[in-house]
Amino acid sequence: MSKKILDNNDINRAIRRMAHEIVEKNKGIENLCLVGIQKGGVILAKRLSSEIEAIENCVIDVGALDITFYRDDLNTKEEQPVVKKTDIPCTINNKTVVLVDDVLFTGRSIRAAMDALIDFGRPAHIQLAVLIDRGHRELPIRSDYVGKNIPTSFNDSIEVFIDEEGKKDKVVLIKGQS
Amino acid sequence: MFKSKDLLGIKELTPEEIYHILDSASGFKDVLKRDIKKVPPLRGKTVVNLFFEPSTRTRISFELAAKRLSADVINFSITTSSVVKGETLKDTALTIKALGADFVVIRHSSAGVPHFLSRLLDISVINAGDGSNEHPTQALLDLFTILSYKKKIKGLVIAIIGDITHSRVARSDIYAFTKLGARVRLICPPTLLPAEVDQLGIEVFDNIEEGLKKADVVMTLRLQLERQSKGFFPSLEEYFYLYGLTAGRLRLAKDDAIVMHPGPMNRGVEIESEIADGPQSVILEQVTNGLAVRMAVLYLLAGVKK
Amino acid sequence: MKILIKNGRLIDPSQGIDGIGEILIEKGKIREIKLEQKSKRAEVQKGKTSELQSFRTIDASGCIVIPGLVDMHAHLREPGFEYKETIATGTKAAARGGFTTVCCMPNTNPVNDNIAVTEFIIEKAIKEGSCTVYPIGAITKSQKNEELAELEALKRTGCVAFSDDGRPVTNSLIMRRALEYSKIFDVPIISHCEDLYLSEGGVMNEGFVSTILGLRGIPKAAEEIMAARDIALCALTGGRLHIAHVSSEGSVKLIRDAKSRGINVTAETCPHYFSLTDEALISYDTNLKVNPPVRTKQDVEAVKEGLKDGAIDVIATDHAPHHIDDKVREFDSAAFGISGLETAFALGLQLVAQGAIDLKQLIMTMTITPSRIMGIPKGTLAEDADADVAIINLENSFVVDPSRFLSKGKNSPFNGWTLKGTIEKTIAMGKVYDWT
Ligand SMILES: [Zn+2]
Repeated sequence: MSKKILDNNDINRAIRRMAHEIVEKNKGIENLCLVGIQKGGVILAKRLSSEIEAIENCVIDVGALDITFYRDDLNTKEEQPVVKKTDIPCTINNKTVVLVDDVLFTGRSIRAAMDALIDFGRPAHIQLAVLIDRGHRELPIRSDYVGKNIPTSFNDSIEVFIDEEGKKDKVVLIKGQS
Repeated sequence: MFKSKDLLGIKELTPEEIYHILDSASGFKDVLKRDIKKVPPLRGKTVVNLFFEPSTRTRISFELAAKRLSADVINFSITTSSVVKGETLKDTALTIKALGADFVVIRHSSAGVPHFLSRLLDISVINAGDGSNEHPTQALLDLFTILSYKKKIKGLVIAIIGDITHSRVARSDIYAFTKLGARVRLICPPTLLPAEVDQLGIEVFDNIEEGLKKADVVMTLRLQLERQSKGFFPSLEEYFYLYGLTAGRLRLAKDDAIVMHPGPMNRGVEIESEIADGPQSVILEQVTNGLAVRMAVLYLLAGVKK
Repeated sequence: MKILIKNGRLIDPSQGIDGIGEILIEKGKIREIKLEQKSKRAEVQKGKTSELQSFRTIDASGCIVIPGLVDMHAHLREPGFEYKETIATGTKAAARGGFTTVCCMPNTNPVNDNIAVTEFIIEKAIKEGSCTVYPIGAITKSQKNEELAELEALKRTGCVAFSDDGRPVTNSLIMRRALEYSKIFDVPIISHCEDLYLSEGGVMNEGFVSTILGLRGIPKAAEEIMAARDIALCALTGGRLHIAHVSSEGSVKLIRDAKSRGINVTAETCPHYFSLTDEALISYDTNLKVNPPVRTKQDVEAVKEGLKDGAIDVIATDHAPHHIDDKVREFDSAAFGISGLETAFALGLQLVAQGAIDLKQLIMTMTITPSRIMGIPKGTLAEDADADVAIINLENSFVVDPSRFLSKGKNSPFNGWTLKGTIEKTIAMGKVYDWT
């Protein structure tokens, strides 16, 4: 059974709000860059960057980070890992890096992403922005910017559909068997 | 996608599996360009390099690939292991099992030894060259190198020059190139052509000039110098005269043809130095790509459910 | 004690017998063989009942009753390689496979090139063997291709043929002399046909499969060149040539041609040469490593054709048992050979099922024909012959399980095959082995 829990407007509003919060918390975007986690975080990072650029009227660096090599579930996953592109366009040394992902769940992906990021340099700060926080953390990780908190049960799944234009966005909750 | 726990040869792989390895390899190639060239996925795993034939280059490549993936590496080689004292291959395999290794990378002068080990062990076996059978990671790195220059394999004319009979590289390359749709030409004296090889869907030339015409890729194989004493050809001079890759001959290939060699080279026997070091040579690139490909293979096999 | 085998289908090509009937065995000899006439069936049975007490009666209904099989080419490994096989275990395996006579090759250690070894084998076989053993003597001393062994002494002591099997006689002049000299005794010279230059380093048939396995091939020419040479020498000398383990189409043709020219040549093949092709080696299973190597489909067909038209006279096993350590290893260094005694007849029956040869032909190639070639009084159910009998159920199937072989050699490429034709009982010189 699946249920649409956010529509196009909800998502656009959430992204705009997060963009404002990022600018506000960091007092501008100097020394800031966004890094989306493959695969769901990359488009979200681009969407956030356009909003931020609209607010601040200048360009912000956006990158993509593949965390496949840093996952802790290589042996336990059913399907084979597919390696995706990592593209960090600037040095991250002494920068504030905002990691961006679509859904925050157990926290393991974020742990892997931080490990991966640190192999590229030494950021001054790492912050985290997610569209959906669905709970069930297994690691001491929390998000700095959240689009929407959605309580779920562990076996549910959340599917986020967003594209670069922001025309057909939606978030769907699929109830799992418990 | 990748079903076998082992990489025994290209023969056993589907085109999809080959592309899957190559795609992963490009991810690792990016890793190798970073300042920190090490990633953690094989942390806590142990790779045993079991080399019954001396091959510093391949062993170092596998060793470095494993270390870049944060695995521990043990090197066994014929001179240091007890094999010389009459221990059988089976004993050696069981010893490796008892050590709790996760991978064994095997190089042996006898074809089929990796298959033998794979039946005996439930850990991943990677063939690093078995007799005249296969050297799959070499073929994968060759594919990767060609792809990086030509962007495709299908339809390319790839000429392989040299001792085909005794070459595991040639066999793995033939399987790899033909599976992905290239047109493979073998250029060699008839004494160094394996039986009924035409059934593999390749063309055979005993004239190098004919075989090189309009080739996109020119690969020369290492000539084992002892072949001469076995009567496969009368002298090295005559071999070079007939089959050596020279600048004049290379001009018969396409202008943008790339020159490859699995190394180590016999300069002046199978290839002129000017060509080996020339602008069309991608021989050093092959070495770098070998590392990325071997990382991909280790990484993907680690993900196979056993 | 008397043994009466009744209700079985007696097939004895040596006497042209094929029908339901009875065999009476007494003192290790065939006393009487009687075909039952359909109309008198009840009477025959009644007539016997009064004497039944003094008989051991074997009911062979549903089975064929044939002369005990004769293997003219086996390696029993003793003396010298007792860890691979002994005369005791090899003859037990033979009996298990329906064989009651085994001729053993001389490549033991020491080589059977002198009467001490021949005597040893014969005595050992009498003491410990489960069936009759005839030694084959070496052609050259130590099988070294340098000088002829003392063929007369060997013959006198009990050798029934000469061979350097395991190796060819590379020196054509010595082969000529062997063929000439052996005419004195009218015994065959058995040739292992292999040009060692062409086969050097080879471990399987040369062809497409060897190419894709990266294994060194042995070309068919290596066998055919020697077969052609020996046929020429046979024609030259008028000696008796027997060509061992024919595996290739070319060899079959050479032999057929020689026979049509009246040359005194006979030939054998082995079950693996009509049951397997080189494609089976894809798994690098060393149990398939055998010399000469298993060839291609075309050769298999030619071998079958040769058995059918008589170009090939005999099915022998070339039973070559090996210790597991000689086989569980790299293909290149694994030993050549197949442990064949316990599967040979069932594999032969596959030819009958395929229609390649008929049952009578199969039995001939494994009984009377090899006996005649070797000049031994075996392979027949004739009255007064040795009581060597095999009772075989043609319909029963079994799964080949080398771990249950009575041979020490578990090296069978037929592991796991389901075959028809179970050996129910073997009677060797009157001694009954019941396998049911
Ligand atoms: Zn032989």
